[in-house]
Amino acid sequence: MSHSLPALRRRAGAQAQPAAPRVGAAGGPVPVITVQRLVKSYGVGQAAVHALAGRLDGRGRPLGVDLSIHQGDFVAIMGSSGSGKSTLMNILGCLDSPTSGRYLLDGTDVGGLDEHQLSLVRNRKIGFIFQSFNLVPRTTAVAQVELPLAYAGVRSAERRRRAMAALTLVGLADRADHRPNELSGGQQQRVAVARALVTAPAMLLADEPTGNLDTRSTDDVLAIVDRLNASGRTVVLITHEDEVARHAKRVVRLVDGQVTSDVRQAPLAGPPPALLDPHGFAEHSLHAHPTPPSQPAQPARSAQSVQSAQTGVQG
Amino acid sequence: MNPLQTLRFAVGGLAANKVRSGLTMLGILIGVAAVILLLAVGNGSEQAVVDSIDALGTNSLTVTSGTASASSTATTIQPLTVADAKALANTTAAPDIAGVAPEVTTSQTAIYNGVSHSVSSVIGTYPAYFQAANSKVSTGDYFSDDDVLNARKVCVIGSVTASDLFGTASPVGKVITLGGTPFTVVGELATKGTSTSSFNNPDDTVIAPLPTVQNAFTGFGSLSQILVEAKTAADTTNATNEITTLLMGTHGISSASAVDFQVSSQTTLLATRSSSTQTLTVLLGAVAAISLLVGGIGITNIMLVTVTERTREIGIRKAIGAPKSAIMGQFLAESTLLSLIGGALGVITALIGSHFTIVGIKPAVIPASVYGSFAIAVAIGLFFGSYPANRAASLRPIDALRHE
Repeated sequence: MSHSLPALRRRAGAQAQPAAPRVGAAGGPVPVITVQRLVKSYGVGQAAVHALAGRLDGRGRPLGVDLSIHQGDFVAIMGSSGSGKSTLMNILGCLDSPTSGRYLLDGTDVGGLDEHQLSLVRNRKIGFIFQSFNLVPRTTAVAQVELPLAYAGVRSAERRRRAMAALTLVGLADRADHRPNELSGGQQQRVAVARALVTAPAMLLADEPTGNLDTRSTDDVLAIVDRLNASGRTVVLITHEDEVARHAKRVVRLVDGQVTSDVRQAPLAGPPPALLDPHGFAEHSLHAHPTPPSQPAQPARSAQSVQSAQTGVQG
Repeated sequence: MNPLQTLRFAVGGLAANKVRSGLTMLGILIGVAAVILLLAVGNGSEQAVVDSIDALGTNSLTVTSGTASASSTATTIQPLTVADAKALANTTAAPDIAGVAPEVTTSQTAIYNGVSHSVSSVIGTYPAYFQAANSKVSTGDYFSDDDVLNARKVCVIGSVTASDLFGTASPVGKVITLGGTPFTVVGELATKGTSTSSFNNPDDTVIAPLPTVQNAFTGFGSLSQILVEAKTAADTTNATNEITTLLMGTHGISSASAVDFQVSSQTTLLATRSSSTQTLTVLLGAVAAISLLVGGIGITNIMLVTVTERTREIGIRKAIGAPKSAIMGQFLAESTLLSLIGGALGVITALIGSHFTIVGIKPAVIPASVYGSFAIAVAIGLFFGSYPANRAASLRPIDALRHE
């Protein structure tokens, strides 16, 4: 039952896999995301700049990036500014299209979808969290969270119920009627998380979700992401902070549009590192915490709330 | 996305920028109100002309002495006489003529109880005049054929003459002195209304039997004119031909180009006047339509600004799965809502404004202009909003999100 990730096939010196993905009850090990020979260039000819290139062939042409991510994984993509991580993320989120290469989402080739089908994919399959929150201005928190459901054609009462369930999950039920300018950065990002997960998407994409947040809010948001992953949601997260990457089960590093390392920190199946051993995780935190953060330290309570929110979100 | 949800988003978008939305609506409001109101003013002046013609009597024809044009070959001009009038009254020779009223006109000063009033037209005529000239008595009665035969000193006076001489008291049965001759007032005419276009006030008049006026003021010579009433408005052409034939007989004229009299109908006069006011209406309407178009361009402008300003928001909405149609629908609904509300307020403004007299004209709202301008305003919103809406909807999510 051993299975090696396709992404690692072509990479020399691949690091050992701590655990191979298991074939779960949900079905075969079909990756949620498969990216093959993906290239993204700006400009043409000699002036072309490759934001995503992968290794170059003998004549200096990009071979493209290969990557595949399985159901339930929690992947952190790391890299310095200009490494192509945001470009990769925008392509994964169907916000941008690659110059060449294939992107299979849940087995569907995204390149063959038209504009309307892409909007459906963005709406149903992907929950996107941005560094700059990207909430719609002058709109209350609950209306923000309802927005994806409105575009999905969910009826008003059902929409309100599911939006409130998602807000409860991120601990902002009491801020439902607040507008973005009445919320702190951390609260805004939690609203954005609620908005990303309200349609129960297969995967959550987060582009530096904690980049604009203080450590306290960072812990709040990451705790939510940890719990979402623990409940089976695939998470892909971009960051340049090691402290954030510690939460992931797998860390992919990009340098100059090329995957340079791919490390598994925790088994694909099972909870993410922060929930696997909460106390040990907190002790090794790079942040100076006089006391362990409250939310991840209560696995029983959070597991329960995830459970209730799950039924709310998916019902 | 159901339509209600789209509408809700659109209202939210408009409410976010109340001043801007308000000013854009004002543009459409002024455009729609101008179209309705200016057309109403044009129509009102046209109506006023038609009314004044109606007041004169649409069936009536006026026969005056003199040649019609410079090309006339008439050598001498015979005056119109009572004999001419009697010839016209022959119902076998002129079956389309309902009544004939020979007229003499003068102006005299009327005195009652020391109050003096200069009457602009003192008319001596037959009772048929009242019918032909569309003059109706409001109090008292007309004078009769018997009064004419006996040349009695009785008269019917206009409402302005009555109020000037008698104030609010009833003039019927009172005796006024007209140019030194006493006349008993037997009736007062109903107000015809001051027509701005006629230089003679039709309500400032004294009408008395023809022989009485001839005896007292003008003498028994020629008539000023003969007023002829055709049976119906449609018969005026036939009646005109009959008059021409009969009078050519009495005047001994054989050639139609040598006639020494003119027959004019009120309707020909009116047609000339109303065509000139129609030109005015068209001009006013064109100016108003331009202002409506300018209002429409204002919508495009504001929607373009809105799209640019909200590019990021569009990106966010697309990133969370808004299809192109939803974005398009939202912005189209916003622009249509602007024009719809602006148009509705414009209609209300115009309907209120039409209750006031504008430059001496009572506006008469044309219902078609209300529906038409409102529909055009809404169409303008759709048409001028579709370009910005399409631009917003066609943005790629990543470009929209990166927009600052």
